[in-house]
Amino acid sequence: MSHYDLIVVGAGIVGASCADEAATAGLRVAIVEPGPIGGGATACGMGHLVAMDDDPAELALARYSLRRWEDHVDLAEAEFSRCGTLWVARNETEAEGIAQRVARLEASGGEAEAVDAQALYRLEPALAPGLCGGMLVPREAVVYPPRVALHLVRRALQRGATLYAGRAVRRLGRATVTLDDGTVLAGPALVATGCALPELLPQLPLRPRKGHLLITERYPGLLHHQVLELGYASSAHGTAGSSVAFNVQPRPTGQILIGSSREFDVTDPAVSGPMLQRMLQRAFDFMPALRGLRAIRAWTGFRPATPDGRPYLGAVPDSTDLWVAAGHEGLGVTTALGSARLMLDLLQGRPPAIDPAPYAPARALA
Amino acid sequence: MSAAGTVRLSVNGEPVAVPAGSSVAAAVASVAAARFRRSVRGEPRAPLCGMGVCFECRVRIDDTPHQRACMTPARDGMQVSTDD
Amino acid sequence: MTERYDVLVVGAGPAGLAAARAAASHGARVGLLDAQARHGGQVWRHDVLHGTPRPARKAFDLLVRTRGHVEWLPQHQVISADHRTLLVETPRAAIRLSCGSMVLATGARELLLPFPGWTLPGVTGAGGIQALAKQGWPVHGKRVVVAGSGPLLLAAAATLRRHGARVLGIYEQAPAAAVAAFAMQLWRWPARAVQAALLRARLAGIPYRCGSFVRMAHGRDALCGVDVDDPRGPLRIPCDLLAVGYGLVPNVELASMLGCALDHTRGHPCVQVDALLRTSVAGVYAAGESCGIAGLAAARIEGGMAGHAAAGFPAAATALLPSRQRARRFADLLAQHFALDARTRTLAGADTIICRCEDVTLAALDGFTDARAAKLATRCGMGACQGRICGTALAELDRFPHGGIRPPLFPARLATLATGDPSTP
Repeated sequence: MSHYDLIVVGAGIVGASCADEAATAGLRVAIVEPGPIGGGATACGMGHLVAMDDDPAELALARYSLRRWEDHVDLAEAEFSRCGTLWVARNETEAEGIAQRVARLEASGGEAEAVDAQALYRLEPALAPGLCGGMLVPREAVVYPPRVALHLVRRALQRGATLYAGRAVRRLGRATVTLDDGTVLAGPALVATGCALPELLPQLPLRPRKGHLLITERYPGLLHHQVLELGYASSAHGTAGSSVAFNVQPRPTGQILIGSSREFDVTDPAVSGPMLQRMLQRAFDFMPALRGLRAIRAWTGFRPATPDGRPYLGAVPDSTDLWVAAGHEGLGVTTALGSARLMLDLLQGRPPAIDPAPYAPARALA
Repeated sequence: MSAAGTVRLSVNGEPVAVPAGSSVAAAVASVAAARFRRSVRGEPRAPLCGMGVCFECRVRIDDTPHQRACMTPARDGMQVSTDD
Repeated sequence: MTERYDVLVVGAGPAGLAAARAAASHGARVGLLDAQARHGGQVWRHDVLHGTPRPARKAFDLLVRTRGHVEWLPQHQVISADHRTLLVETPRAAIRLSCGSMVLATGARELLLPFPGWTLPGVTGAGGIQALAKQGWPVHGKRVVVAGSGPLLLAAAATLRRHGARVLGIYEQAPAAAVAAFAMQLWRWPARAVQAALLRARLAGIPYRCGSFVRMAHGRDALCGVDVDDPRGPLRIPCDLLAVGYGLVPNVELASMLGCALDHTRGHPCVQVDALLRTSVAGVYAAGESCGIAGLAAARIEGGMAGHAAAGFPAAATALLPSRQRARRFADLLAQHFALDARTRTLAGADTIICRCEDVTLAALDGFTDARAAKLATRCGMGACQGRICGTALAELDRFPHGGIRPPLFPARLATLATGDPSTP
């Protein structure tokens, strides 16, 4: 039997970050991943590094993690592009909330500024007329998550980690992990399997939340910032069965990535024509010039959603040597690096830099 | 269609005449055979498959980029530009 | 808006034209669509200098006579499919077409294999240069090397010569013995023997070399010459154009999106059909090259069969079964005698670009055994051709099979993908 200091189950962006963090700290690490590295939600998302301010705990984790992303600015694999985030207001009601959001982001240590309508169109001339200004968060960025996950796993391997590629975990025991080929690994396990969490830890409630994305041909110069509607948070954090929100991103290639949709209770991964139509109609409302652009691919993915929208980070209740880092919903890329540091602090018995209580898995069983 | 079954259009600002029924690819080839588009790395590229599959012949036609030149019949007055 | 037909035929080559004709002969309302501006497909493509081939003209005239039954829908590119409804893009609009039954006559594309220099302007497919020349691509006076494999090389050389090109040679990878054995069998198909003799006459004086293939293309910004591996020794041939194709690959993307089972037993997948050309999806038929490369004669017969069956007249289809079986035997002959030499799969070097859309080299793909993992890490197959070129080549090179298919089938305007909501024009 092989003994490890930590067995990371799942090599999405969260698992990869945890493995990298642990290997860097000198731990003997095993990584178990049945599919491609970063092939789950990591590969399907937008790769937007963004602080959402509507939940203080989520904001704290995002801010902590965003600082750690700054170490990856020059990493080729990250394809880091500091395009900034521009939130747009459709009407006066949405615009009225901006000052409060700026204040919250600044209080967390970020930069943000309100922009009036005139400034808005200077920043993004392709926006539809009639919008009421918005909020610019200039230092936010976009990355290419699957390559970052691959980079982090490779770095962990260079630092002595072992990858069990193409292997799934069949069973979690007391400080042991049994793989689908019968191999037994000994050591504490950290489950970072995203949407597959219920297969190993059914006691932690988690639902897949389907999303659609679409990417265009290259249109350099048309879009400059990640642009979202201010109403995005109510779509993202609402619990409606299905919703769409305007969310577009300039890729460093000049391509435009277009989102977003959210659906609970759908398990079919097929691209849905009607959902794509809804999502695109929403995008056209904000940016009519998109209509004539050519799409080259559309795809779907599933976000791992917990009931309160916060990830599970910490020890699995009523178990020994069993840890979990999963359930990041749509913010896994933003918060992966911070989550990993927090997990390592907890694993090694250090007080984390941010309060871990809001993410404690025990809350789900209360 | 112009007289004598000829279509007149412009490629990168240069006037071109091709037989009616020709593709935009043929029109481009008659002035700039070596290059339809620049690849991601900046290499010159020109049609490979000739039947709308490979997308190497993408050009800008009347201000719409990324059009397959091999699939588009040349028409009078078209403004084609390469190298997008 | 949604337009409804009794039978929709996708692809207006020989199989599609025959299918539309057969279905309409029973009074069915038929929609015949093709992404190209003209009917005829690849083999019967209209030639700007020499007009439409006679059989194509005749097939289309027959359709015109059943006017009122067949609607010809040129420049209709299928973007997505769901059950028996197609989302289609035209140069200006997007429409939905629905039908009672559907015939897939989506034909084939060329197998294009990577080798050093294959991305240079001036390097095209063999069928590729033929299609381009017929649409007015200037080849007059150009020095052309034709290479690759199969009878298509002769047809391409003939077209090139007719358009005034100087064909320097035809380099067939199959060994001389195999090509001779193939020619010996042709008497069984008299029409083909005549056709072959005609091609030979048109190609008089052009060297036809067997067991040889292009190893490398040279040039800085455009092709200036090729290196050929020939049994008699290496050759360096200065030229303006290289037309190189290694045979044909069925177009199965639409069938796959419709959920039709594919047959993977003969290398590149083809649509699985039964004796009446029914696919695994009720109401969806397939005919011609998409069900396995078998050439023109088989495509015409199968098109007729599928058209009859799709219109609800299976007896008329059954009557054509013996001639179909005979025509299909020609396919086996082709596959047997023009099997690819293993060396054609090892031409690409570490720095040869495989994915032309995203400029991904062969070396970057080392270690990947799965199309999706390779795509996520390297962008291979992420571009506009959606992996049709690199994915097919990588499958042939035995790296990994082609990835799955998702809408849009071809790049499409966002407005097209948003079509369906009544508020969209």
